[in-house]
Amino acid sequence: MTEQKKNTPVLDKRSSRRTFIKNSGLTVGGVVLGGALGSLLLKDGKTTTNETNVHSSTAPSNPNVALMYFTPEQYRITEAASERIFPKDENGPGAKELLVAYYIDHQLSGAWGMGSKEYTSGPFFPGEDTQGYQGRQNRQQIFEIGLKGIQDHSLKTYDKSFIELSEDEQDAILTEFADGNVELKGVSSAHFFGVLRTATIEGAYADPLYGGNANMEGWKMKNFPGHQMSFLDIIEKEFTKIEPMALNSQHKH
Amino acid sequence: MVTKLPKVDVVTIGVGWSAGIIAAELTKQGKKVVGLERGKERKTEDYFMAHDELRYAVRHEMMQDLSKETITFRNNDKMRSLPMRSYGSFLLGVGVGGSGAHWNGQNFRFLPYDFELRSKTIEKYGLDKIPADMTIQDWGITYDEIEPYYDQYEKMAGISGEDNPLGGRRSNPFPTPAMKKTEAMRLFDEATKKMGYHPYVQPSANLSENYTNPDGISRVACQYCGFCERFGCEYGAKAEPGVTVLPVAKATGNFEVRPHSEVRRILYSNGKATGVLYTDLTTGEEFEQSADVVVLSGYVFTNVRLLLLSGIGRPYDPTTGTGVIGKNYAYQIRKGRATGFFDDHKFNNFAGAGGLGMIIDDFNGDNFDHTDLDFIHGGMIILGQTGQRPIANNQVPSGTKSWGKDFKDASLKYTNASLTVSGEGASMAYKQHFLDLDPTYNDAFGDPLVRITFDFEEQDRQLTKYLAEKCEGILKEMGANHVDVSGDLGPYNVAEYQSTHNTGGVIMGADPETSAVNNYSQMWDVENLFVVGASSFPQNAGYNPTGTVGALSYRAAEGILKYMEKGGSLI
Repeated sequence: MTEQKKNTPVLDKRSSRRTFIKNSGLTVGGVVLGGALGSLLLKDGKTTTNETNVHSSTAPSNPNVALMYFTPEQYRITEAASERIFPKDENGPGAKELLVAYYIDHQLSGAWGMGSKEYTSGPFFPGEDTQGYQGRQNRQQIFEIGLKGIQDHSLKTYDKSFIELSEDEQDAILTEFADGNVELKGVSSAHFFGVLRTATIEGAYADPLYGGNANMEGWKMKNFPGHQMSFLDIIEKEFTKIEPMALNSQHKH
Repeated sequence: MVTKLPKVDVVTIGVGWSAGIIAAELTKQGKKVVGLERGKERKTEDYFMAHDELRYAVRHEMMQDLSKETITFRNNDKMRSLPMRSYGSFLLGVGVGGSGAHWNGQNFRFLPYDFELRSKTIEKYGLDKIPADMTIQDWGITYDEIEPYYDQYEKMAGISGEDNPLGGRRSNPFPTPAMKKTEAMRLFDEATKKMGYHPYVQPSANLSENYTNPDGISRVACQYCGFCERFGCEYGAKAEPGVTVLPVAKATGNFEVRPHSEVRRILYSNGKATGVLYTDLTTGEEFEQSADVVVLSGYVFTNVRLLLLSGIGRPYDPTTGTGVIGKNYAYQIRKGRATGFFDDHKFNNFAGAGGLGMIIDDFNGDNFDHTDLDFIHGGMIILGQTGQRPIANNQVPSGTKSWGKDFKDASLKYTNASLTVSGEGASMAYKQHFLDLDPTYNDAFGDPLVRITFDFEEQDRQLTKYLAEKCEGILKEMGANHVDVSGDLGPYNVAEYQSTHNTGGVIMGADPETSAVNNYSQMWDVENLFVVGASSFPQNAGYNPTGTVGALSYRAAEGILKYMEKGGSLI
């Protein structure tokens, strides 16, 4: 299997976007977006070099790496923010390499994004903390509001796009959101951050069939064996390391 | 336009454990039973892709669609009730097999004390021990009277276990031996024995060895795959209606399940139920199914809601304390717990079974002296190994940030190096805790949702603190390097998962004035209507409810057969 090279398509994607933006001569209305996209080009230049060293360019492309819901800018902010929530470290890859932002994008496009199995009838009243979420917004709308909030707050505080900020600056912005200190219209910043945090962890550890947990790297770090038929032979033993398997192995069985 | 269907002997509302047991027993005796289930049919092969935490555990694949029907909640009658918009505190089952299809398989008998809670408490501690607003009651049945039904249920399900040194008398040993002991369970066993407690391996419906039950149903042993709660079992090892009682009922040729059939009303005239009105959800057509006996077997919320919507029984009035439908809603007190972090001991936390663990009952029921305590009853203390899946289980020591580098590092480090010991506290009934119909919010048909009015009380706070301290002591004895204790019980929060052990609302008792059903689950007011489920618990014990629901279902089946022979009230 060569599926461990799954990250390469991210690179392809970036390259093609860069090319697209350059070739199309896309002019972006407004200083805010222009600044964001301009710096994005610069930043990509750097990371591309790093990632080229890590990944072979001969791997097949992963067709799962494409957007179902996010705009490119929403994707970028989500990728950067989720990486701060679940960063790359000595344990292994972070959200970015695990393709968590693609996982979130794909989830947002479906039932979870639209709250299809949730009670969304009115009337709406602000509830007590013990009564759970009572807002009008579904998760698609919560992300739209929240991601724009992150970008606006970054520009206001640092005069830079969120993805251009240093890690410490990004953490400072996200902490403000987590603590509920940022005023958003329609949803609290703490609620948005909570959804983003939960979705990031899901993207790191859900079966790879959902687009995240690339190459089962999330499970490998966590020593979670994924889909196994039986633990009868180890259930009475001390910790035993087992190579993970995804549901794909069962489906192709 | 309502289409009238030919009359049958018995119609059940819902097809889970209760209806399945009753259908099996009645159809064996030649009775014609129709089961109406609003969800879909399911079978073991459907769980081929079941090891999917996101789909089943996180996105609630097997649960009721809340967009169609949910509950509303308020902590007290001063608060505006609001809908539970997404899942939190508990999960609502749907589909053939009901919650029995995706339960953990943690299977218990309640203690003898539980069935005579009020009288035994007064006998030992005096009436003053019971707060004025606490409305606990005896069940109108004793442990010795219900024991044969526990026995019958356990043989059908093949419950695996070993004797509880502090439990009630057993007429027979467990049908299958106890489940295997994991490293964590061994530590708990040693520590609690050293502390003078009485540990035992948790009784389990997961099946420790291949088993053939008295109905001739054979099932294979559990593989400890770690995907039980919220999942269907792809081996059929976990006892559930679909691999036990439903095939038995179907084999008689006397049982018909109609999925996608949502009962909207119980039809009632001249003091008797005449049948039910239901909607075929696939076509929208309405049908009237008449029957000699109606079995309302929707666990708790559906039972209370359908009685209230149908105008059957006397609704509970919390201001006067009169009436019975909706009375004594209770829950489970699950926050008395502690988590231990181990620096040099790792476990196979990813492996497990829904009903796998070690328990002590030294602080359950009245197994310890309450004279100097500000609460009654108690709870089991359990170290469970249900299989820790990675999205849900990210334990970090207190003081660790909930995201970022430190969180990632600690959550990875302790994934297989932390253990939780928790109390499963009993939940007492109070005058101000009840179920009724919401005045504002409706289901997809426009019928009112059921409303919960519930909060934790001082009894629950004291109990939580007490159990948490015991859990902490055990983890220290087990050798944990750092123990975090969760002993502070805030207000009840419907958004935070705690337990699906909701109980009460159509309670059982010896007195028609203060209870809705007799000990055959037969309604006092409507002799051919049997309301079966945890709705009949007058208050909740310090154990999971399914074993007792199963026992009550066998007793109800016996009662229905008796009633069909002779008619009238059974008591």
